[in-house]
Amino acid sequence: MKMIVAYIKPNKLDDVKKELYAVQVFKMSVINALGCGRQQGHTEMYRGLAREVNLLMKTRLEIAVNEDFVKPTIMAIIKGAQTGNIGDGKIFVTELADCVRISTGETGGEAI
Amino acid sequence: MGIVTFLMMIVTMCVVGLADSGPKSDPSGASIGVAADVVGATENAPTADDLKLAEKTEPVAVKLADVVGHNRVAINMVWMLICGFLVMFMQAGFAMAETGFTRAKNAGHTMAMNFMVYVIGMLGFWVCGFALQMGGSGGAASLGGGGALNGEFALHLFGKDFGLFGTKGFFLSGMTYDAVIFGIFLFQMVFMDTTATIPTGSMAERWTFKSFIIYGFFISAIVYPLYANWVWGGGWLSALGRNFGLGHGHIDFAGSSVVHMTGGVAALAGAMVLGPRIGKFTNGKPNPMPGHHIPMAIVGCFILAFGWFGFNAGSSLAGGDLRIAVIAVNTMLAGGAAAFSSLLYMWMRYGKPDISMSANGLLAGLVAITAPCAFVNSVSAVIIGLIAGILVCLSVSFFERVMKVDDPVGAISVHGVNGAWGVLALGLFADGTYGGGLNGIAAPVRGLFYGDASQFAAQCIGMLVNIVFVFIIMYVFFKVLNKITPLRVPAEQEIQGLDQFEVSVSAYPDFPVRVTYM
Repeated sequence: MKMIVAYIKPNKLDDVKKELYAVQVFKMSVINALGCGRQQGHTEMYRGLAREVNLLMKTRLEIAVNEDFVKPTIMAIIKGAQTGNIGDGKIFVTELADCVRISTGETGGEAI
Repeated sequence: MGIVTFLMMIVTMCVVGLADSGPKSDPSGASIGVAADVVGATENAPTADDLKLAEKTEPVAVKLADVVGHNRVAINMVWMLICGFLVMFMQAGFAMAETGFTRAKNAGHTMAMNFMVYVIGMLGFWVCGFALQMGGSGGAASLGGGGALNGEFALHLFGKDFGLFGTKGFFLSGMTYDAVIFGIFLFQMVFMDTTATIPTGSMAERWTFKSFIIYGFFISAIVYPLYANWVWGGGWLSALGRNFGLGHGHIDFAGSSVVHMTGGVAALAGAMVLGPRIGKFTNGKPNPMPGHHIPMAIVGCFILAFGWFGFNAGSSLAGGDLRIAVIAVNTMLAGGAAAFSSLLYMWMRYGKPDISMSANGLLAGLVAITAPCAFVNSVSAVIIGLIAGILVCLSVSFFERVMKVDDPVGAISVHGVNGAWGVLALGLFADGTYGGGLNGIAAPVRGLFYGDASQFAAQCIGMLVNIVFVFIIMYVFFKVLNKITPLRVPAEQEIQGLDQFEVSVSAYPDFPVRVTYM
């Protein structure tokens, strides 16, 4: 089992969800996040004072998947979120030690 | 504060004990507004002799004169009260503007201060502030009464009277239980509350609620009324004309100095004693701390602009004085011109228009026109506004970068600096088309550009007296208060947000308040 964590542009969420549904991935968590990457940020002015804004709004997706869904999920996220520009985001894949369904107590791949 | 109130009660008892048989008071209002109030109402109105003659020859005319007199007074009273209600609504405008321009974690506390200042100011003013301010003002001719306000304590120096404070009207009791006096009380009270709420802007986000309450009573009961007495209550600044030939004395139609300077200077004193918010300055360089709700702030500024029609035009104390149209238009134009000039200034200076400074600009223009609104033409009003808009931008920058004073909403610059500009502008631009009879000087009010340098001198004196008096008394007050109960919240509470600690309700319990900066 793997946990796929993806940071995408907030306005791409609907596109990404559409692509995930198309590969039969329906379960996910969506969290508001702030983040920065290679770019240092930009300057905002407020009442004559400059502020370096290097934390931009991002959307974080957390999707727990069984092995055979790893590649399709990643491809779907890229398809939905890619624009080719800086700020498209990143996907992290980590090992998932266990997964438990709270309502029934099932564990493992069945619970995902 | 308790001792002051107690002493005031002693004074009240002495004053009430010496009941005078002079002016009549009418709490029901039924007997106010009579034939005599027709005399002098217009250029061709009947004179007192005309009325005396008519008693024998035209009795119906005399009866009609009685009704007409009542209606004249009623129009003026209704106008003053409605305008007073508009000014009361400005409390909501201040609350929204200040809360919108400060951070979400403190919104409950900022709102609480703006809410309670209305209440506390009102009570402090009722207890003794009104009496100190208007106790010797003599009522209002336009309202047909109020003569029981006939006690003014004055110093006699160089053969002249220097009125210092009033002595009638504590708790609105005794002979001051009168319909006209109550109307005057309401109108003056909402102006005082405007002053009281100004420092809540410069001292927002780190002021303890307890010390704010004590401040509220102090400014409403003592500080505001004293200066207001000197300018509006028949005191010595208004007498600079009669006593020393300086124009009409210090003139301030609706309160650029009495209301806004007092508030702005007090805001400065308070912000200096309180110190800047944590994270505002890094090695002496100011950091931006954006407000959390710009829509709220802008709506708040619109509410203030709306209320300002009552503020300025209502200060005629007479709906029958058709100058109110000129006053209202001047008010509107100055505010608009200032919003526009501050927009252009920020755009050119920093590359992008800044709507928060434009909103400050609107208010700065309104503050600046508050004194001269009745005395200038529309071109002057626009010029005054254009200058005010740029002045507020320069001033915000000055206090932040040079003086290193943290003023979250620009209260010092909007009200203090532009209040001063307003009274000086009157001394420059007053064009002689209005104001004959004010402060006992028959001629209309003229400024420097229209031939009367002495009026400008009187304005300068009034302005300087305000700065010196208010700053010293408020700075000392805040310093002393700080020793009794801390002015500032503890650092951990300031970082987490004042709401839960100071006023026990979070403004936004359902929303995680994002903190990406201090």
